[in-house]
Amino acid sequence: MSANSSLRNRFERGLSAPICLTWELTYACNLACTHCLSSSGRRDPNELSTSEAKSLIDEIARMQIFYINVGGGEPMIRRDFFELIEHAVVQKVGVKFSTNGTRIDRPAARRLAGIDYLDIQISMDGVDAATNDRVRGAGSYDAARRAMDHLKDANFGPFKISVVMTRESIEQLDEFEDLASMYGAQLRLTRLRPSGRAVEQWDALHPTLLQNRDLYQWLLQRPNVLTGDSFFHLSALGESLEGLNLCGAGRVVCLIDPVGDVYACPFVIHEQFRAGNVRAAGFNDVWTNSELFTSLREPGNPGACGSCGSYDACRGGCMAAKFFTGLELTDPDPECVFGHGETALAAKRVVLRPTSLPDHSRRIPVSLSAR
Amino acid sequence: MLAEPSITFDSSAPWRINPQVSLRDEAFGAMAYHHGTRRLVFLKSPELVELVRSLERYESAHHAIDAVVACEQHDRYATALSSLANSEIICER
Repeated sequence: MSANSSLRNRFERGLSAPICLTWELTYACNLACTHCLSSSGRRDPNELSTSEAKSLIDEIARMQIFYINVGGGEPMIRRDFFELIEHAVVQKVGVKFSTNGTRIDRPAARRLAGIDYLDIQISMDGVDAATNDRVRGAGSYDAARRAMDHLKDANFGPFKISVVMTRESIEQLDEFEDLASMYGAQLRLTRLRPSGRAVEQWDALHPTLLQNRDLYQWLLQRPNVLTGDSFFHLSALGESLEGLNLCGAGRVVCLIDPVGDVYACPFVIHEQFRAGNVRAAGFNDVWTNSELFTSLREPGNPGACGSCGSYDACRGGCMAAKFFTGLELTDPDPECVFGHGETALAAKRVVLRPTSLPDHSRRIPVSLSAR
Repeated sequence: MLAEPSITFDSSAPWRINPQVSLRDEAFGAMAYHHGTRRLVFLKSPELVELVRSLERYESAHHAIDAVVACEQHDRYATALSSLANSEIICER
């Protein structure tokens, strides 16, 4: 995917429908990852019903949205999971879904392998059980590996191993590359955002300036590693990374949460970035007419970044990362490669970090029993 | 790394939009998504979109270009079609 700068300007003014629509099917999850960006755990009693979810898929098909990124919570926990993804793919709406893998046993892997237009992303946070389970909980590493074994045995094809870059996992890039190649899988790396439960984890988990610079070089040499366009803040280091290299929130990206609320992007589940609900007049109405999205499509204020020679490369970085670390949206990204974000944070007398709402975290710790 | 498939674009052959491809109109032109390769491609002008949509009505790509595109732009649009053939957005029929 590539775009020249005039096209990028066009994208910043919004499109007829999103390129990248994330739909979180449920807040229910059988894991309790410390950095969960949607603070998932307990199902919300108000989640979309099967028929509401199917109507939404029909609307997505009418809007010619090419594919949806399905997540959660753990999407496979929904009893109608297969019904919904099959409803999407028969209408040529591709499905890319993220899972912790715990529900991919042998029969599920076979069923998944029989579905066209389907991509699977297995989430991992460490290339070994110790590193992974510190974030995702005891037993989660083995469960993910079992799922990958089942997918391989079922000849699913190249699934994706999806890794959020933390201070620990970022030291394991080469090992992750080996693991992916062992399975014939594709490696997908995404940026840690200080959203959901990760607001609390950010200081301990986000990569250092030096680690981010090394990551940038590593990615430049590997254009086939997928990134979901999430490291565009690193493009200020020089050559642009693969992708659109812009904040797509409300412009080419958005999130539908399990109760049908529409947010500007998957990393800003907070009332300030809620554009509406699909139950009112449908998703297209929110996408096209909401005040929030209309304002996000107006020319941005470069703020403190306006005088920086690299603004055109990084566009000031990620809105969600700024918001949840207590920065203003006109401040530099907290991980600005030149350290301007850290300086801006240090200069604030009081730093107020908003918490992600709603919070569906479980009130008691969960343990994952081996299957 | 996978090698790019190299497809020779023969403008004297009949072409069409690949049946695996969905096309969505946008103000700048259109977006094309290939459901098999999962690649998203941008068609950066409405004229190019019109040309791509017209391909299957003509006996060759060459004829479509003659009918839809102004003379001085012929080479440019032939190059664009060649690039779309390479990314499998259009195919011979």
